[in-house]
Amino acid sequence: MHRIFIMTATVAALALAGAVSGLAMADDISGAGATFPYPVYAKWAEAYKQKTGIGMNYQSIGSGGGIKQIEASTVTFGASDKPLEPADLKQNGLVQWPQIIGGVVPVVNIPGIKPGDLVLDGATVASIYLGEISRWNDPAIKKLNPSLPLPKLDIAPIYRSDGSGTNFLFTNYLSQVSPAFSKTIGANTSVQWPVGIGAKGNEGVANQTAQTSGAIGYVEYAYVKQTNMTYAKLINHDGKTVAPEARTFQAAAANADWERAQGYYLILTNQPGAASWPLTGASFILMHADGKDPNTAPALKFFDWAFKSGQPLAESLDYVPLPANVLKLVEKTWQDSLKVNGSPIWPAK
Amino acid sequence: MSAVTIPYQLQLRREARSEYIFRFMTMAAALLVLALLAGVLLALLYGGWPALRTFRFGFLTTTIWNPVTEQFGALAPLYGTVITSLLAMLLAVPLAFGIAIFLTETCPLWLRSPISTCIELLAAVPSIVFGIWGLFVLAPVLQHTVQPWLIDTLGDVPGIGKLFRGPPYGIGLMTAGFVLAVMVLPFITSVMREIFLATPRSLKEAAYGLGATQWEVIWDVVLPNARAGAVGGIMLGLGRALGETMAVTFVVGNAHRISGSLLAPGTTISASIANEFTEAVGKLYTSSLIALGLLLFVLTFVIIAAARLLLLRLEARGAQV
Repeated sequence: MHRIFIMTATVAALALAGAVSGLAMADDISGAGATFPYPVYAKWAEAYKQKTGIGMNYQSIGSGGGIKQIEASTVTFGASDKPLEPADLKQNGLVQWPQIIGGVVPVVNIPGIKPGDLVLDGATVASIYLGEISRWNDPAIKKLNPSLPLPKLDIAPIYRSDGSGTNFLFTNYLSQVSPAFSKTIGANTSVQWPVGIGAKGNEGVANQTAQTSGAIGYVEYAYVKQTNMTYAKLINHDGKTVAPEARTFQAAAANADWERAQGYYLILTNQPGAASWPLTGASFILMHADGKDPNTAPALKFFDWAFKSGQPLAESLDYVPLPANVLKLVEKTWQDSLKVNGSPIWPAK
Repeated sequence: MSAVTIPYQLQLRREARSEYIFRFMTMAAALLVLALLAGVLLALLYGGWPALRTFRFGFLTTTIWNPVTEQFGALAPLYGTVITSLLAMLLAVPLAFGIAIFLTETCPLWLRSPISTCIELLAAVPSIVFGIWGLFVLAPVLQHTVQPWLIDTLGDVPGIGKLFRGPPYGIGLMTAGFVLAVMVLPFITSVMREIFLATPRSLKEAAYGLGATQWEVIWDVVLPNARAGAVGGIMLGLGRALGETMAVTFVVGNAHRISGSLLAPGTTISASIANEFTEAVGKLYTSSLIALGLLLFVLTFVIIAAARLLLLRLEARGAQV
């Protein structure tokens, strides 16, 4: 009995010591935050490790968690789908920049309607999610689609139940184009929906939309592309009808006024430009400006590599790279804002 | 060999010491659970305090859950938690009861262990698998066959008709209740079977000897003996139903609303936390979610306490007879 006890204790102590030293030895760049860019960050990390031997460990715990972790300095960088306001950045000594672009696409399930057939505008989508338009043959929808045979079918609005950047982009756009939506629902990563049912994740919304006749939902662009869902076109800020494609997402990002946006506090929804997709969004990286974290320079090198060599990987996953003019701005921000004892960290040796 | 080489006194002392260590270790294990529980409670209280202080009693009585305006009330998830768990118990308890009776009393011997094993395997299925099954398999079936039928037949009945109105979405409180029923079934069945098996053989044989039928033996001998244990099994299942997160999140519809219909989407406490905690920004929002966790903790505690009370009463009555 005695001996067994001692043996168990020794084994437990050894195991514990092993676990602790395992943690201490890991010298990877660590990051945490948004779930939306997780697939591409993971892919980049894998390719970067193969090339340089330096690993990047990203926990997709959600934007809220990412912001909390970078504020507490437990990670080298945080990632968020919603940019922090300039005042928040200043208060916590953080720098942020956009890293990758994605978009949200409305999808529908109406008998006889094929992908790209249906055209909607923001105000109509807002009315649907407010419960004001409840049939597909409503005059407001017919006016946008005079030649489509729209049935007398109840609309079943489906929303994302889990707090997500997708929700934020969607509600942010609808709040911009519909005063009623802005007043009664507002923009956030999760909101109180007056009608409809909530499904978890892109796959949940996609599945529920596919199963329910008359449904409308919204999912990430990559998901639409990979599953060939029936997407709707949207009428953008300039009054032009656009389809969700890499080209229209990049147009929205390129037309946005990044130079004047303090701390990149810019949301890419409803941007001007004839080709801009109105439901575009960027995912942001947050880092401490003081460079106290020894992994600051390696992390910047990683992001630099991702901007320059990681784009084909991003495109293979149906993410959209940042346009060239924004990349230049980001590099300038690195030079100007990230400093150790007054001397710039970037360009890193 | 020690008996030869070590003096008797020394061996006795050594044994007494190992006894002492053993007793200390078992006690420490039990105390650790208490300490953990107290820690969880304190952490929930601390985390949920800002929300409770801001909304006070209104946190329990309002259905508004609006992260934009930071107005939070827990009534809708509380309602959803109770309704889905009740529905699950309503379906699972009679079923588990039937299975347990069949397995212990009337089942041919060769069939007993395959059925028991299958039911126990059901308990080993991860909850995410139940969630995916509920979403992709059960929900379409309910949406296209069961729910339209319920709406047509029961929807117009006065009184209970209210429970079966609205469009058949396939997911909602009813689907969550169904999935939960399947999930808690193995727990309740296993406990009930063990309890029924524990009926003293002599009692049953005596009853048969007096000319009792199988039904009479089950009803008058096995059940009175098993009452207390069966309640324990039901409580185990209920505890699991109240706290189940993943599977429910997939099929409950996730709407912070209370509508009379079972077909309507709703939400539960654990589903709300799972859905929103990762992206919750702002002190009041996260605090409200933690307060929801506290509420579930209290709810579960109250139910377990009620079950204990019920058991005590049953035992007291049993003693009188």
